[in-house]
Amino acid sequence: MTADTDVPPIVDVPLTPDVPPIVEMRGITIRFPGVLALDHVDFVLRPGEVHSLMGENGAGKSTLIKALTGVYQVDSGSITVAGSPRTFTSTADAQAAGISTVYQEVNLCTNLTVGENVMLGHEPRRGGAIDWRATHAEAARHLQSLRLSIDPRSLLSTHSIAVQQLVAISRAMVTEAKVLILDEPTSSLDRDEVDQLFAVIRELRAAGVAILFVSHFLDQVYEISDRITVLRNGSLVGEHPIAELPRDALVTKMIGRALDDLDALSRTAHRTVDRSGEPLLRAEGVGKRGVLEPADLEIYPGEVVGLAGLLGSGRTELVRLLCGADRADAGQVAVHGTPVKMTSPRHAIDHRIAFSSEDRRGEGVVADLTVAENIVLGIQARRGWARPIRKSEQDAIVAEYVEALGVRPANPDAVVGNLSGGNQQKVLLARWLATSPELIILDEPTRGIDVGAKADIQRKVAELSAQGLAVIFISSELEEVLRLAQRIAVLRDRRKIGEVDSSETDLDGLIDYLANEGKGSAA
Amino acid sequence: MTQIWKHRLFWPLAALITLIVVNSVARPRFLTITVRDGQLYGALIDILRNSAPLMLVALGMTIVIATRGIDLSVGAIMAVSGAVALTVIDGSNDPGNLGTVLVAVVVAVLVALVLGAWNGFLVAVLGIQPIIATLVLMLAGRGVALLITGGFITTVNSAPFSYIASGYLTVLPFAFFISVAAIAALALVERRTALGVLTEAVGINPEASRLAGVRSRGIVWGAYILSGVLAGVAGVIYASNIKAADANAAGLFIELYAILAVVLGGTSLAGGKFSIAGTVVGVLIIQTLGSTILFLGVPSAQSPVFFAVVVVVVVVVQSPRVRRALGSMTRRRPSTTAPDQERTKVAA
Amino acid sequence: MSTTTTTPAVRVERASSPVESFLARHAAMIPSFAAVVILVLLLAGAEAFLRGDFITARNMSALLLDNAYLLILAVGMTFVILTAGIDLSVGSVMAFTGILGAQLLVSGIPVWIAVPAMLAGGAAIGLLIGVLVQYFNVQPFIASLAGLFLARGLAFVVSLSSIRVEEPGVLWLQQTRFRLGDWYLTPTGIIALLTVAVAVFVLHLTRFGRTIYAIGGNEQSARLMGLNVARTKVAAYVISGFCGGLAGLALTAYSGAGYPRNGIGTELDAIAAVVIGGTLLTGGRGYVLGSLIGVLVFGTIKTIISFMGAEQAWMQIIVGALLLLFIVVQRVIVARSERRR
Repeated sequence: MTADTDVPPIVDVPLTPDVPPIVEMRGITIRFPGVLALDHVDFVLRPGEVHSLMGENGAGKSTLIKALTGVYQVDSGSITVAGSPRTFTSTADAQAAGISTVYQEVNLCTNLTVGENVMLGHEPRRGGAIDWRATHAEAARHLQSLRLSIDPRSLLSTHSIAVQQLVAISRAMVTEAKVLILDEPTSSLDRDEVDQLFAVIRELRAAGVAILFVSHFLDQVYEISDRITVLRNGSLVGEHPIAELPRDALVTKMIGRALDDLDALSRTAHRTVDRSGEPLLRAEGVGKRGVLEPADLEIYPGEVVGLAGLLGSGRTELVRLLCGADRADAGQVAVHGTPVKMTSPRHAIDHRIAFSSEDRRGEGVVADLTVAENIVLGIQARRGWARPIRKSEQDAIVAEYVEALGVRPANPDAVVGNLSGGNQQKVLLARWLATSPELIILDEPTRGIDVGAKADIQRKVAELSAQGLAVIFISSELEEVLRLAQRIAVLRDRRKIGEVDSSETDLDGLIDYLANEGKGSAA
Repeated sequence: MTQIWKHRLFWPLAALITLIVVNSVARPRFLTITVRDGQLYGALIDILRNSAPLMLVALGMTIVIATRGIDLSVGAIMAVSGAVALTVIDGSNDPGNLGTVLVAVVVAVLVALVLGAWNGFLVAVLGIQPIIATLVLMLAGRGVALLITGGFITTVNSAPFSYIASGYLTVLPFAFFISVAAIAALALVERRTALGVLTEAVGINPEASRLAGVRSRGIVWGAYILSGVLAGVAGVIYASNIKAADANAAGLFIELYAILAVVLGGTSLAGGKFSIAGTVVGVLIIQTLGSTILFLGVPSAQSPVFFAVVVVVVVVVQSPRVRRALGSMTRRRPSTTAPDQERTKVAA
Repeated sequence: MSTTTTTPAVRVERASSPVESFLARHAAMIPSFAAVVILVLLLAGAEAFLRGDFITARNMSALLLDNAYLLILAVGMTFVILTAGIDLSVGSVMAFTGILGAQLLVSGIPVWIAVPAMLAGGAAIGLLIGVLVQYFNVQPFIASLAGLFLARGLAFVVSLSSIRVEEPGVLWLQQTRFRLGDWYLTPTGIIALLTVAVAVFVLHLTRFGRTIYAIGGNEQSARLMGLNVARTKVAAYVISGFCGGLAGLALTAYSGAGYPRNGIGTELDAIAAVVIGGTLLTGGRGYVLGSLIGVLVFGTIKTIISFMGAEQAWMQIIVGALLLLFIVVQRVIVARSERRR
């Protein structure tokens, strides 16, 4: 966790409550090994309101929700539900207290019927046996209340994710929840489905249900919310009525401002890039149904292209399609003007394109291997197993990158899993640089790492691009993107909405663009 | 060197040494090695000789487990390879001929290779869960072996063939040299080429390996082929030892003992880092424990009880729950075992 | 990339044909239907080949009698596999409880103590496996492997050789024939069928049974839905162990003796029967009645082979091939349903 905030958290005193809160979380602190996930966070939820919880990746939204639903135990702080203090040790506890959750990844059982998923654990029984007729009738009634007329006897897996999401909400209603937590419920819904969901949410709100809403779609947040709580880096930034928090103020609060010492880094963005020749990589109409609308992107040697957009905007999805980590179902990628097949990461590597995933632990480092083994993994994979890298050669490569990137501890035999996030990131960068790529794609290389490592990585990116390496740089911290990139492609709601020249804009300009450009359905 | 007890081979070696000490105290003859006709005999020599089939199978199992897999079919492959070897020798005019025996062994091992490749195909290409994929051959393999031998226990009288399991090369049993050769060859291939580290990478983090460009399909496939080949050789040794092909008894339960040896040696069933030396020690522990149980006068049929206790103790000690309890007692740094991955996701 | 990758779907209910809506409801039954088809084909083929000498009352009655123990094991195994687990111990548990019962009876312990002791012994080993799986995060495969070793070793601890059972109460289970014409049913057969019936009731008409399915479908979801996952999972293994004990009783009655070498490899037969009966090894999909069909397919193949005088080896090969066929088919089904989402 970084502490790169120069604005002290403004802890607003809750507005004069006209109704007593249903949920009151005070001073919630949760610690994970090496990470302070939540640091004395307060959160208040009142009956009959839709309350949005906002924050970038790692801000602590999920952790706060899991603390409320009994998945995680709090290290300190208190949770009060309907006036009485509570300690939840399981989701079943929380449900019994009237708190139901609908998760982003639908947490239902696709092998069962719709009706069962709605009623599981609450089936009406007669003489010790489940009364299926009554179960399905009751399920149908709950589905109807969400205006969902589907056969409760049909298998859940035969329905779209959108329907499954609504089924999950129906399930939450079976327990007559007083608090309904919707964690990214709209991430897989289209516009009509969102409207339908919102109609339901409004009905529930009118009925006095307290709704905690999490979404990365700003439009939706502004459409449905009464109140917003913003978290950043595990701390509370503030709680505001929606009317008092304009979009760009919200984005600023979510993103925060980076420390000034990084500004010592010269703005490489002002370097001019020769874009006269053939681009190194040209993507035309690359997209995937339900993931990303077709987008174009060009990048020239020596250029840093930044991708800006909030989480879920499609920035990660775009680069994954570009490098074959996921398969695109539309579009064409050309390298040096030649159309190429890009259906596996191997293809990208063969064309000297390196991709460093945002999920450092899950898709980046091989945790149980050493620093040296991790660094040479990329080269070794290219060579094949039968041509091992000689020890002396390996030592030279590893020493070079450990030195150049300042990996700490500077011990090639240290197990990578024990390194800090920043040093793991440097190891990953080293792995890719060692394969001598022409284009390197860095997805959130600076997330959750300390300021020093952050500066090291930024400096290295600037230096390498000056030497002719093309870089695609993704970061939630817009200042970082502005500082490094000459050109910034902006994405929102799984669509590329445009490009800006970084020498012609500043942070406020970029935030404005990000939040408002091409706004059709702004509420 | 206060860290010595943290070395991954510490506990397996300690267990092995304890067993040996207990044995030598209980029966002083345990350590005695006699020389007859320039050949060594004794309980320790027997352990080395008799452990050869399990050693080979466990070595292959180690690599398969490192890829996050498992190979249940090794016992069945042993049965098939023994049956093939015996049938070739039995069908020839001159069973005592060295050439005949060589051909028989080569054919048997080739058949085992094909069976291993079949397992690898199911796992690496079709993407079937390893337990299930190898279960097919575990079931059908013995049937195939029975068909090859015609349902009888084929016996042969062939001096060169018997030599494989019972013969001596200079002062030590030939089977022991087979074990040593397999250990050395495997250690050399895995550790002198990049195969070992790529195998570990695939086993530890398949997705990161894929994004790093590792061709995991070939690596996984190769692991099952290796396991098949080694099981084939083990089957030949087993058949040579009893001078017969017994399709029902050959390699029975060996997959279970091999898995146990691998786990005892400190290789996690979750895949990833593997230790060939650990597996060697694990095999020796099992063989010595078996010999001890026999010495204690416990009928060998009852020995599974002891192994069950060993399995339970090992898995419980390795379990996250116990580790966490131990960890909080000794204030060690949080380990990066699988259940902790959930924690790393909380930041997401 | 934590977002689910999905296609935006149209949420309009298509007016579907009766066939389609039937399939939408019962897609999970397709493998079990396939097993029925295979059984019918086998029976018809054997009947034609043996010129009407196969489907006789005697043969069909014997089919249930000969495989009663396997049917009981398969029922227990179905519970475990539905939770996406596996139980390798059942063959050995059957041997252990069988020899235990025989030993107790020979020692003069009354039958009303001996039989519950057998069942409790099986359940205890199941409990051990369940606790290892649930509370110590041991893979079901390894945990039940420990159970296999333990039960097999204990069987030999009880006795190294077979023990004849003279107890009339136990032999009655086997020797009694309830006749209807040439058809007959033994108490062991009735026990096996009752086991099936109880299992069908539990799995389809109780919350516990539905939780078993939910765990197999998605354990994480089941937990987040507030279901009692831990207790249910342990219970599945206890049920399987209990069925192992019951099968031990049936087998002891069938063979008139307890024998510590009984049931070597029977766990594989039980798994094969369950899978052939259409239960997915990945959990959450399948039916006890499918397992009944699977056992009948298994038994029929065995009968056909012995009728034809072919090598028993073909049994293993054919079962292995059927297993492969079903696994590949299931793999395709799963892959397709994943793609659809």
